[in-house]
Amino acid sequence: MSGILVIAEHRRDEVRPVTLELVGAAQSARRVPEERVAVAVLGAEPERSVPSVSVAGVDEVLTVKLAAGEFDPDAYEAAVRALIEARKPSLVLLPHSIDSFGYAAAVAAKSNHGFATDVFRFGYQDGALVATRGGYGQKVSIEMDFPAREVVILTLRAGVFKPPGARASPSVTSFAAPPARARVVSRSFIEVSAADDVDMTTAEFILAIGRGVGEQANVERFRELAEAVGAVLGCSRPIADAGWLPKSRQIGQSGKTASACKLYLAMGISGAIQHLAGMKHVSTIVAVNADAGASIFTVAKYGIVGDIFEIADALHSHFAS
Amino acid sequence: MKLLVAVKQVAVLDEDFEIRADGRDVHADFLLRDLNEWDDYSLEEAMKIKEAGAAPVEVVVVCVGAAEADESLRKCLAKGADRAIRVWDEAIEGSDSIAVARLLAAVARREKPDMLFAGVQSSDHAFASTGIATAAFLDWPHAAVLTHLAYTAGGKSAVFRRELEGGELHEMQIECPAVLTIQLGINTPRYASLRSIKQAAAKPIEVLSLEDLNVAPGDVGERGSLSRVRRMYVPDKGRAEMIEGSVEEQAARLAQIIKELAGSAS
Repeated sequence: MSGILVIAEHRRDEVRPVTLELVGAAQSARRVPEERVAVAVLGAEPERSVPSVSVAGVDEVLTVKLAAGEFDPDAYEAAVRALIEARKPSLVLLPHSIDSFGYAAAVAAKSNHGFATDVFRFGYQDGALVATRGGYGQKVSIEMDFPAREVVILTLRAGVFKPPGARASPSVTSFAAPPARARVVSRSFIEVSAADDVDMTTAEFILAIGRGVGEQANVERFRELAEAVGAVLGCSRPIADAGWLPKSRQIGQSGKTASACKLYLAMGISGAIQHLAGMKHVSTIVAVNADAGASIFTVAKYGIVGDIFEIADALHSHFAS
Repeated sequence: MKLLVAVKQVAVLDEDFEIRADGRDVHADFLLRDLNEWDDYSLEEAMKIKEAGAAPVEVVVVCVGAAEADESLRKCLAKGADRAIRVWDEAIEGSDSIAVARLLAAVARREKPDMLFAGVQSSDHAFASTGIATAAFLDWPHAAVLTHLAYTAGGKSAVFRRELEGGELHEMQIECPAVLTIQLGINTPRYASLRSIKQAAAKPIEVLSLEDLNVAPGDVGERGSLSRVRRMYVPDKGRAEMIEGSVEEQAARLAQIIKELAGSAS
């Protein structure tokens, strides 16, 4: 068993950036410089994605033609199991993504391979693979190992591993996927449309609220505060799920990527991993939270432990017109 | 018809905690227990199908866990589940999500539900794999991270939307029976009334052993798992520069930061 197999992720033939992060991770995980890194692209027209994954560190691109263009959990499972059987890699890397949620565990369970998810660090210690992930709501780190497993499948956290910068010309091989009956069929993609006129992707200054606001009636004072300080009002998942603000205002992995945001003021947001993942690129995060142990203080540049309502009122007075 | 809802009693760290002497977990004295937040939503989704009344529906909740997990199962009974099953044996201790899935699949074979719901992930270890691994052991169609489900009791197929990254939904159709993992926000979970909490306290919880399920001890616990905890530790974390002082002083510094960094916007 040797070599590293990376499973590319794409949506509508556009390779998702996390794929290249997996390549970067594979490159640095090689035990010997000759260890080969192969990237498999699955889809109706996989060859279209070959240029996107032809980057430094990739020795071979495997194109796997499937009946459906978009994600099909059964077809992906069958193809990845067949790839592992044919190529016998020691390590298989997938993104810790929604698509992987839908089939990675099934591949591991059926084939009895080593398996860990949401891994943010991994490497070999005394010849054995050790993968590190968070536990208990990310309050601890856990090192996992995989005794006696010849193949280990890891799903890697997005935004952690560095993608390679340079282009390359890997060899391209077509791999025949075994047939899989389509039990889950794609119908359509739906954009969570802006229920109001705000575009979180262009906002440079966001004031976001979380569970700490307590009740819906309190949302209004933060809307007024956001307006006074010149920020766009955003929120964490529980606020959008409760319907207190439209889904289009949600920040985090499943919400809009606040890609232009430079200043992020988080009030009453404790910072679930999915929320922090959506804000990693922001240069200045300021967090106000009643709980001194809130995870958000580990990523914030500035922090205030206190009552968000008192701070909000005092802050508002500095911007009163 | 029958809906099986797999739930987990999660562990929440106390404010202060200590790592066990063997360095592989937190000492049990520092763990608080609760029903996994995601599972509240999958139970509610099952209750909605039952209450839609297209056909008589029995909602059965199942949990793999020691006696303390009865508390979470009673919470589900109080919210309207008809029956509760708990699976336990000392050999199960140390099982990862895959070994737990093997047990859940055995329960499904015994119960023969029309659909199986599970939470997308658990709030403690968030492997996000138990539901889909259960589907693999059953060889059932499966889908993950649902934020919308259209399914009528007894239906041959269901239409759902899964929540992708970046604010996009993917609508798909799935054959039934199937395993579906349910995302937060798909519905608004109900609260149990005081009366139903009292009634639930008197309801029986069926406890199944490995023997009952025909699962060998070697297929659960560490031997039946695909990963093993080697070491658990508290990581060195970055820490924000804390703004101290009175509320007025803190707000004044915050205003200064905003004015400096938000530029013309402020």
